[in-house]
Amino acid sequence: MENRIFNKEMECMSRRDMEALQLERLKSLVDYCEKNSEFYAKRLAKAGVTADKIKCLSDIEYIPYTTKDDLRDTYPFGMLSVPMEKIVRVHASSGTTGNPTVVAYTREDLENWSEQVARLAVAGGATAGTIVQICFGYGMFTGALGLHYGLEKIGAVVVPTSSGNTEKQLKFMRDFGTNAIVATPSYCMYLAEAARSMQDKYPMDMYKLKYGILGSEGSTPEMRTEIENHWGNGFFCTDNYGMSELNGPGMSGECMYRDGLHINEDHFLCEVIDSASGNVLEKGSTGELVVTNLTKRGLPMLRYRTKDITNINYEPCKCGRTSARMHKIIGRSDDMIKVRGVNVFPTQVESALIGMTEISPNYLIVLRRENYSDSMEVRVELIDGGLLDRYGELVALQKRIQDNIKNILGIAIKVTLVEPNSIERFTGKAKRVLDLRHENK
Amino acid sequence: MYIKQLSVFVENKDGRLAEITTIIANAGIDIRALSIADTTDFGILRLVVDKPYEAEKALKDAGLTVSLTDVIAVGIPDRPGGFAETISSVADKDVGVEYMYAFISRDHDRAYLIMRVADNEKAISALKSHGCDILDGDSVYKL
Repeated sequence: MENRIFNKEMECMSRRDMEALQLERLKSLVDYCEKNSEFYAKRLAKAGVTADKIKCLSDIEYIPYTTKDDLRDTYPFGMLSVPMEKIVRVHASSGTTGNPTVVAYTREDLENWSEQVARLAVAGGATAGTIVQICFGYGMFTGALGLHYGLEKIGAVVVPTSSGNTEKQLKFMRDFGTNAIVATPSYCMYLAEAARSMQDKYPMDMYKLKYGILGSEGSTPEMRTEIENHWGNGFFCTDNYGMSELNGPGMSGECMYRDGLHINEDHFLCEVIDSASGNVLEKGSTGELVVTNLTKRGLPMLRYRTKDITNINYEPCKCGRTSARMHKIIGRSDDMIKVRGVNVFPTQVESALIGMTEISPNYLIVLRRENYSDSMEVRVELIDGGLLDRYGELVALQKRIQDNIKNILGIAIKVTLVEPNSIERFTGKAKRVLDLRHENK
Repeated sequence: MYIKQLSVFVENKDGRLAEITTIIANAGIDIRALSIADTTDFGILRLVVDKPYEAEKALKDAGLTVSLTDVIAVGIPDRPGGFAETISSVADKDVGVEYMYAFISRDHDRAYLIMRVADNEKAISALKSHGCDILDGDSVYKL
């Protein structure tokens, strides 16, 4: 794929200049919040922070963290820093637990957001004229509209199919000659599986898909390879990252080298902290990502705790960008499950399974409490009929999966083989964990 | 020389066996012989049917994990020792049996064995020299 850069000035800036720009923007953000945000003004005053106190980037540590609870507590518009007439768009999270988190954008915020998305879309292979199908659900979720406007900004041909209706999605792909797809990794995989199941009628070479701009849920390099192999014909996918609290998708994205996600550092100042203590960790350490959105004004976000676990590499990339790169999300600090005292992320289980052709890429982790101890079961779908002849081969497969997972997690688990398509498929974020430890027997 | 046997992966869930056999029933397929090996979590259903390829397609279309394998069908005398003598002839040639199941025929003096062995050719020559009747596909499917 061709190596294109949307905004060379910002994406290839020297580290010194970038830090100077970030410091200047941070000071002005703090000053803005003191003057315009009732919420932040109180919080900053209590912590004794003023814009003058910020002399270097590490002085950001004086500023208290912002969390999702802050957004919930101030639902719906308590954190707005502009009068409502300056707001031109509102989005919200699903709010499955408690109040939804509402975010709001000024016109300038939307322009910045589109710029951020445009950069990662170009890094992921899109360009003017690329026909892109957006298979994220539209609506209150930021994913679809975020990518939508960013892709329009670069002159791509946007096809807003939204999520679901798989047969129609595939029909448009074939008939329109769609070149790129925006989707969650699991939905992209699901579409590929569906396309393959209709191969007799519609051969795979009827699809012109070249790029997958995937996001909204984590994926491992193994899963990426699996998706690419499923589509075939040189399909290439990149991962991108963002969240509604920080505009939406657009904070970072992979380039053709896929060695970390390039952060739009002129807009986002990132730190990595220890989740438990809240202490900032040294550069390069793995921990919870904390992000300050330097340019957002409708609903500013100071030191937002993302709960995503990653680390950041500040070395320039082979692609020519000098922007820092964050590692693919390793897990969620709150998806992290503790099993017999060991930290487990579902993505680790995924990496142990992917590449195995005997099973489908879907899996479910089931946790139970048995005899006062945790037990972990991983359910996988057997798809290879060739193993049925000898019972021993099924047992050997179970054992192999058990060993792979034990090598990664260091704990013994149970593997259960289940029938194909018996694990629920999700068009949005996949639910991989069923925790029955607190259920009455 | 060999007959086609279906192996179907079945989760241990109430009613699952009924659902799966209903799929082949609806495809108009008649079961000749059946065996199920199970563990706590899953079982492998083995079937000999009148139309193995149609049955395989019906089960695959229903999303099940299925395979079709060659097994040996042997006709043996239905009397005390009939089975023991037959299986001894195979064991004497050091041929391991992966699994097997038996059923009696409508003729009162005859029974059938379905065998999956480690070495088909060796097993067949042992069975033949023992005087067993090796059945071909059609004769089993039409039983």
